[in-house]
This record gives sequence, structure tokens and C-alpha cells, in this order.
Amino acid sequence: MPSLTHLQRLEAESIDILREAVAESAKPVMLYSIGKDSAVMLHLALKAFYPSKPPFALLHVDTTWKFREMYVFRDAMVQRTGMELIVHTNPDGLRDGINPFTHGSALHTDIWKTQGLKQALDAHGFDLAFGGARRDEEKSRAKERVFSLRSAQHRWDPKQQRPELWRLYNARKNIGESLRVFPLSNWTELDIWQYIYREQIPIVPLYLAQPRPVVERDGALIMVDDERLPLRAGEQPTMRNVRFRTLGCYPLTGAIESEADSLAAIIQEMLIAKTSERQGRMIDRDVSGSMEKKKQEGYF
Amino acid sequence: MSISNDLGAPSIEQYLHTQAHKSLLRFITCGSVDDGKSTLIGRLLYESKMLFEDQLATLAADSKSVGTQGDDLDFALLVDGLSAEREQGITIDVAYRFFATEKRKFIVADTPGHEQYTRNMVTGASTADVAVILIDARQGLLTQTRRHSYLVSLLGIRKIVVAINKLDMLDYSQEVFERIAHDYRAFAQRIGLDDIVCIPISALRGDNITTPSTNTPWYRGPVLIDYLDSVSIAGDMPTDPFRFPVQWVNRPNSEFRGYSGRIVGGSVRPGDRLRVLPSGKEATVARIVTQDGDLDLASNGQSVTLTLNEQIDISRGDVLCSTSDPAGVADQFEATIIWMSEEEMLAGRPCLLKIGAKTVSATLAPPKYKINVNTLEHLASKTLELNEIGVCTITLDQPISFDAYTQNRDMGGFILIDRISNNTIAAGLLHFALRRSQNIHWQAIEIDKRAHAALKGQRPAVLWFTGLSGAGKSTIANLVEKKLHALGRHSYLLDGDNVRHGLNKDLGFTDADRVENIRRVSEVAKLMVDAGLIVLVSFISPFRAERQMARELLDRGEFCEVFIDTPIAEAERRDPKGLYKKARRGDLKNFTGIDSPYETPEHPEIRIDTTTISSEDAAERIVAHLVANGVLLQA
Repeated sequence: MPSLTHLQRLEAESIDILREAVAESAKPVMLYSIGKDSAVMLHLALKAFYPSKPPFALLHVDTTWKFREMYVFRDAMVQRTGMELIVHTNPDGLRDGINPFTHGSALHTDIWKTQGLKQALDAHGFDLAFGGARRDEEKSRAKERVFSLRSAQHRWDPKQQRPELWRLYNARKNIGESLRVFPLSNWTELDIWQYIYREQIPIVPLYLAQPRPVVERDGALIMVDDERLPLRAGEQPTMRNVRFRTLGCYPLTGAIESEADSLAAIIQEMLIAKTSERQGRMIDRDVSGSMEKKKQEGYF
Repeated sequence: MSISNDLGAPSIEQYLHTQAHKSLLRFITCGSVDDGKSTLIGRLLYESKMLFEDQLATLAADSKSVGTQGDDLDFALLVDGLSAEREQGITIDVAYRFFATEKRKFIVADTPGHEQYTRNMVTGASTADVAVILIDARQGLLTQTRRHSYLVSLLGIRKIVVAINKLDMLDYSQEVFERIAHDYRAFAQRIGLDDIVCIPISALRGDNITTPSTNTPWYRGPVLIDYLDSVSIAGDMPTDPFRFPVQWVNRPNSEFRGYSGRIVGGSVRPGDRLRVLPSGKEATVARIVTQDGDLDLASNGQSVTLTLNEQIDISRGDVLCSTSDPAGVADQFEATIIWMSEEEMLAGRPCLLKIGAKTVSATLAPPKYKINVNTLEHLASKTLELNEIGVCTITLDQPISFDAYTQNRDMGGFILIDRISNNTIAAGLLHFALRRSQNIHWQAIEIDKRAHAALKGQRPAVLWFTGLSGAGKSTIANLVEKKLHALGRHSYLLDGDNVRHGLNKDLGFTDADRVENIRRVSEVAKLMVDAGLIVLVSFISPFRAERQMARELLDRGEFCEVFIDTPIAEAERRDPKGLYKKARRGDLKNFTGIDSPYETPEHPEIRIDTTTISSEDAAERIVAHLVANGVLLQA
């Protein structure tokens, strides 16, 4: 009997997790951030419930600062899959005009992402949210359970995590509590790219290299995606061949110089990469342990 | 032997092919505190070049500010990711790490050494093929070494690497290495572990991790990474009987009815005859459906959707099995229990048992024995505390399908969940079904609850009075019963004190005995409801879990919780039996409200505040509630 390949094993495990979570929750939702992990997670959901449509909506917690191409791609994917899309924008962020330039990346992330996510989950009464987080991303993620319990205030308590044995997940919770479920826990960045390649999963074109207008700022290449980016003295956007390993808010996401303009080229480039994917993420740099702190405050 | 990231692969297709056919080895590292587990994993990540420049820069900075290795890199900081772990310099929770060599991919569970986190170690071990047990050469075998080895053996891991670490601090002494290896083998033999490789290492200096060390010329065995690369993993046995727990019934429209799940044993083809358990019905596989097209064959580990030729009733939690070698079905088992809750096990308190996709109500009997993991002695015990392991009988409220854990981990491994907190409180391994579970059947009785009630012209119910000692439960219950009697209703009052004189006179006031006290009274109340009576139960019943259990024994609408809400100060002032005075003097132990907890009802049907309402009015209110809910109408 042929044994399963590595990607087949990961796929089977993720499908198992997706189905189990749906079977055990009253109102699930999938967090959809338009990135490569979201793309894989959505692809797996379509497989898990086939020929039914996945029995939940997609939730995009929108910061209003994503790359323009991401919004275009999001709407195209919704059309293509027929999934319901819920977009939530924190009204406090809109009212106060929160942005990464005047308010700093930490406050920007807290208001738009953490608070926005909590508002959206509460407003719709979702008791379970799928997230595309992977254990290889960050040290505190490596400690995260597949089924992660959050308090009624959405807090994560790393010392009170439930033991998670075999393939058995305890999805029970009290009123007000909710679960974050991570079907991609055991995937690595390289697994994600190989799977996208094998399955021909559509991704935002920003992952592929092409000439784009960028400025060099605090050691990162920031793309000038619209007129909202205030140029500092002496900054002059130049066209450079760049791509992104991770996608977030455009002013907080550094590009890398690259010639990789196909999926095959991306995988080849990854094999000789000297830096981690999150290296371009300004929001991780705030302090050591900042992801853990954000998770405790309710970030996914 | 070299580790690399397969640099310069000639073509992407060739590279992906190589990647796809690498095997995956899951292993855990375990052992006592401070024996260098995190350092070892940090070094494996470092040596296998799985670290990026920015991560190394962070490591260098962290090593300077919070490291414990002076100017050297502190590899432990790569894995101890939680702030509390860094503060205390220990591993609290299991972390899963990934790395790869040219031959294999690895998932390593880095598990905590501290005894208080043993449950996290068990979590890591439950999915592992191999265990790397670290021993600090200066310390030799410790309690945790034995405990973890025993757990590893219990969970079915058969391949063991004993990494005898910190030999650099003992001048790489061959004598020390051989003495510890000898001690370990002697212990391991007693717990059924015999596939053991001992390797002298220094995780800190890198000896015998990826390359043979010149410091141990006397050692001829494999270095750690070579062992991990080449150890054989028990493959999927195609001859194993087919097992498929149904996770989700897939019904996109009235034309299609599929059963989604993951195969946990054997394989399946269209045309195979399957048995549905526990119902025992049979059906034939029509299609194996996936989004990528129908399959001719699906085997262990695959997530698929099956359709059947016959229309039979199958729900989530049922198991589809081969007809030639089906799983067992039973509702009573002997099992090994690994207790994982801070609160001790209370025999008799119902909890939830989850196995596969099935969750049922379960009750544990007091342990037959618990196991001293140092001496492997069987000890008598009435309970299990955090991290203790015992063998118990477990009784379910409905039959499940199962295999012994040693036959199939997915069909024989379960977790227990607390009904109130919803926490996972234990892990269990099924051994075998008890014969009596297959031999005691429900006697079908023709004169049933309805018939009894109809003759009495009422709807049976339980009025469950709960509250502190001296709250006024019995007084009010008494008044209610007098009113029911005057109305010509058939009732019976079960009073806590009275029942303790007879049926429950063998029970004391420990938490475990209180649980059993309420369990028996609930069962008596249920029998009386069956007989058509209105039953008044007046018991302190301090724990929510037992009141919930009593509620669940009855049909919907038959249970009415009456909370006699008297503040403790007021109950103590009244002190009708002088018990509070005794308890305050210390003459009475385990007194509710003083040195034993009372868990207030959260959603009682009726709440009586005795500081604002008289007993007479309270009784009126309760009778009015029965009238409003139709209990006193003609049935």
C-alpha cells in the first residue's frame, strides 16, 4: 500500500481538524486575511466539506490599510468560491483616523486588528474562529494548541491550556467563551508554498516579483501603494523588482528584492533564504514576546 | 552525514518529488528539569540550518540579555517561547518544532520536565513514534526519568534513545556513561521497553549530536541525528481491520448523503461490505468521494467521504468497520487513567468521555489501584491526584465502539472532560470491556412511568431543594408537601439527614462521599418519579456537578431546582442544630460554608430569599410554580 506523502498527511490532518471544529461548534467562522495561509486554509475547507459548501462565512477584519491588490483579490475569491464574506472595520479606528504613521504600529495593530476582531466576533456571536496561524511562525505560536480556548474577554492563558492528546480535540466551552482553531498548526512556510504549487491555489500577485514603487525606510522596503504614505524628507520612490513573503498593512510590510516571478521560482528562492518570513513584519519587532502579549489580549 | 536544506536542487519537480517522499518522524524529548532538553532542540535546529539570520540575531541578543551561557549562544532560548518560561528558565508547555534532514522531516515535541506539567509531557508523547529521554550525567536516573519512561511505555512508544547529557562536565567519563546506561536498561526491562540506544552527548558543546565526537573515542554507536534519520517507524499495516469514525454527515442536497471522517485503521474500496457500530447494521460502500475525484482505494490516515448503497441511519460518532473484524461494542470498561486536573478524581461524579467523534457521559469507579511510577508498585487508593496514574472501571450511559488501546490508539484512547468547567481532566487507555456490561440488559417493563402517573392523576416531578445547612430547606419542603397532600397529590420527601440514617449511613462528609451521597439519592428520586410520585429532595447538595447529574437523570421538565438562598451569616445566626458552633470550634470537619465549599446555583427554576419572605409564602410560591408548569394538572 502506498503510504501518504508529506503534503497528503498534512492535508488529511487539516481536513480532520476543520470537520471536527464545525461538528462541535454552534456558529463557526473563518478568519480570512487574504494572505497565502488564508488561501491554503480556504482551499482545504473547500475540500473538507465537498460536495457541500463549507458551512461558515469568511470574516475579514479590515484595517483599511491593506494593499489595493489584496482587496481586489479578496472580492475575486469570494466570487469564485461563492463563500459569504463579512468585512468588519472597527468604527473607533475610522472615527479616530488610526494609522501607522501618527499612532505607531502597536496602537494601529491593537485598534484595527485586535479590537476589531473582538468586536466582529462578539457582534455576530461566533463561538469558533478558524485562523491560519502556523507553529513555525513564532515562538509563542509553537506553544499554541490546535483548539485554543479564549475567555469571554477573548484572552489566551498559556498556562491554562488543555492537554491535547492523539487526534482528540476538546471543543467544549462555557457561554461567552470561544475557540480559535488552527488547522495549519503543523505546516511550515515551505509546506505552504509546495502545496500552493501542487494544488495551483490562486494567491495575491504581490507574492510574485515585479517592478514596484518603493522607498527604503528603517531598513525595510516599503511599497508606495497609495497617496496616503507620507514621504519623509529626502525619500523618493523608485521602481525596484520586489515581492512580499508575507502580506499585512502596506506601510508595515517590508518587501524583498527578488527575481522570483513564478511559484517554482519562489520555492527555489525560499531554499536559499537567509531570513525568516516575519522579518518583514514591523509589528513583531516592538518587543520580545510581543506576539504572546497580543495573543493574550485577544489577537488571533 | 550532512544536514542541509537541499540547496541547489536541480529542478523544482525533482526537488518536490524528493520532499514529498520523505518520511515524517515525530519524537519527543523528555526527562527531568535542567537536563538540557531545550538546549538539545535548539542545537538540532541550529545544526540543521533551520534558523534564519534574523532569528539568529534575536537569539544572540536574547542570549546576552537573559541567557545563562555567558558569551555563548543559549540555545534553550530558541524554544522556551513564553515570557513565564524565560523568567523562570524552565519549559512550561509542550512546543512543537520542525526540522528536516536530507532523509526525513521531523516534528519534535519539546516537553516540560517539571512534575507539575506531566500532563503536557503526556500530550507530547501521545503522537510520538520515538522518545529521546535525556539524563543529566551528574544526576543519573531521577524520579522524572522513571516517570517519563513509564508514561512513554504506557502510551505505546517502543523506540527509546537515552541521551546521557552534560558528559563534558565529567571529562567525558566512559565509566559514568556505562553505569547510567546499565541502570537505565535494568529499569526499562521492568516496564517492557527493550529497543534502547544510549548515546553520550553534550547538548551544550554539540558532542555526538550531528557528528561523532572526538571527546568520546570509546563510543562506537550512532550519533543522535543518524539514529533519528534511520530508525524504522511502524508503518501503516494494510492488514489492520478497517476503522472509520463518522465525523460529519455530508448532505449538500437531498440527492447526496455522505459520511465524512478520517480512516484510523486499514483501508477501504468501493464494494466493501461495512458494519455500522454500535447499531450493528451493514451496508456496502458505493463511492469514496473527494474534491479531486472519486478514489478506488483509501487507507489509514486519509480524510475522505464515503457514500453507501443502502439508506441506513448513521450519525456523527458512529464507526464504520470491516465486517470480518469489527470493533467491540460495550458500555463498561477497564481502563488506565492518567489524571490531569488540579482537583482530585471523585469516583461516582459523572463526566464526559470523548473517543473518536463520540462524546458520552461516563462515571469512574474508585481505582482498583494506582501505580507508583518509581517502584511500579500497585497501591490502594480511593482517588487519583494530579499526574497520578491508576486503573479503574469506567461506566458509560450508552454503548460505544472501541478497540483496545494496544490494538489501535485512535479507537482505544480517550479523554475525560469536566461537565462544569469543560476542562480536560484525564486521559485514558481502554484495556477491555467488562463482561457484565454485555450481560446486564434493561428489563422491558410494561407498566411504565406514564401508566403509574396516570393512575395517580398527576405528572411526576422532582423538587430539588438546595442551600446551606440551616437555610430552611427542610422547613419549606415540609410545608410544600403538606400543601400537596391537602390537594390529594402523591408525594414523598427525601431528607438529607433521614437518608443518612439508612441508605447512606456508610458515607461520611469528604468530597468523594458527598458525591456518592447525592448520586444515590438522585437514583432513588428517579425510581420514585418512575413510580409516578412528586419527589421533594432536601439536601445541601453543595456541588453543581451533582445537581446537574440529578437533572440529567430525568426527562426534560421533570426537574425543578429550588435554591433556598440564605446568606451564611444568617444561617449561622439561626444555627437550628448547633452545627455551625461545632464547626467553628473545629469539632466538625468538612462543614459546608466553613471548610467545605458551596457552589451557588446559577440558573435555579426557583430562588427563595429567606431574608425577605416567610417559609409559608415560600411554600405558596413553589406550589404556584407547579400549577403554572402543569405538574398538578390531571396527567
